Amino acid sequence: MSNQTISASAAGAVGQREYHPAHEPHPENGTSLGFWLYLMSDCLIFAALFATWGVLGRSYAGGPTGAELFDLKLVALNTAFLLISSITFGFALIQKQKGNLNGTLKWLAVTGLFGLAFLAVELYEFYHLIHEGLTPQSSAFGSAFFTLVGTHGLHVTFGLIWLVVLMIQLNKHGLTRENNRRVMCLSMFWHFLDVVWIGVFTFVYLMGVL
Amino acid sequence: MHADQHDQHDHHGDEEIHVTTSGYVTGFILAVILTVIPFGLVMGNVIENRFTAVMVLGLFAVVQVVVHMYFFLHMNGKMQGGWTMMSTIFAVIFVAITLAGTLWVMFHMNTNMMPEHKEIPALTQPAAPAPVAAPAVEAAAPAAVQEQAAPAAQAEHSGHGK
Repeated sequence: MSNQTISASAAGAVGQREYHPAHEPHPENGTSLGFWLYLMSDCLIFAALFATWGVLGRSYAGGPTGAELFDLKLVALNTAFLLISSITFGFALIQKQKGNLNGTLKWLAVTGLFGLAFLAVELYEFYHLIHEGLTPQSSAFGSAFFTLVGTHGLHVTFGLIWLVVLMIQLNKHGLTRENNRRVMCLSMFWHFLDVVWIGVFTFVYLMGVL
Repeated sequence: MHADQHDQHDHHGDEEIHVTTSGYVTGFILAVILTVIPFGLVMGNVIENRFTAVMVLGLFAVVQVVVHMYFFLHMNGKMQGGWTMMSTIFAVIFVAITLAGTLWVMFHMNTNMMPEHKEIPALTQPAAPAPVAAPAVEAAAPAAVQEQAAPAAQAEHSGHGK
């Protein structure tokens, strides 16, 4: 009788354990999904900034306008830098896939240089615009422009810092499981920034000079 | 042993994304084409009509975003059991609502709340507008003012939009 009770409670315990299996089922590559969700939330930040630009982008308050100020040749150069850095990051991923650490580091370094070139041109452009009289204070157009393009530039800056840190980690620990995952996450971040830049050059610069 | 298993497990997860040189080169070439054309259109002043130009540029941007998503971010419906695609669709809808809603509401507000609409109180008081608009016109005055005000508001709006 008591034996039965025990077996019944044991059965109950087994039944309970089904809710807490020893091996928790989890989606493979959960980190990339989580990082993707972060990127989508980042997307919403940019959506808000693009909407702000859409509303205020032509409120010049008597100050300089985009058509007067924007140098499309400079923007085209910047777009080229960012686009090339995207494909060089792809080459880094291919080297990583082959298990070639030095190749990965080399292509990551090339990516970093193009990212740095992008930032340098953007900072030069900002300096030039401020010199020409367009500051975040000069008009709603100025505020919206510097906030949107500046936020993208900040993302690139942090991407570059991440890139350097990752290269140090790769150099130290090699292509470990963790480093593989980090490279994939940074790859998503970097390509995402390129996607945002498509919006920036189209809606800010090209439509800004129309 | 356990670590080995773990590595294999992770490796299995990694294989979901298999990158190829040809995939990146194809994506890059498409992206370059989709970038060069809009720059060429604007720098060469190819399209005269502003509305047409905005639509064409927007279309190029959307296509290029899709190209980047597919070739560089390796989006497909199977990643992470479809959750990546689901979250992306959600984000795209959210972004569309944010952008379209903001532009719609704010331009509506802009049109209806321009400082030049000071005449609006005059419209609501039929006695007042007569000296303001045209003393000679009496009964038709409010309608006349309304007709004058509407194009004026439109003109101001488009002027603002320039």
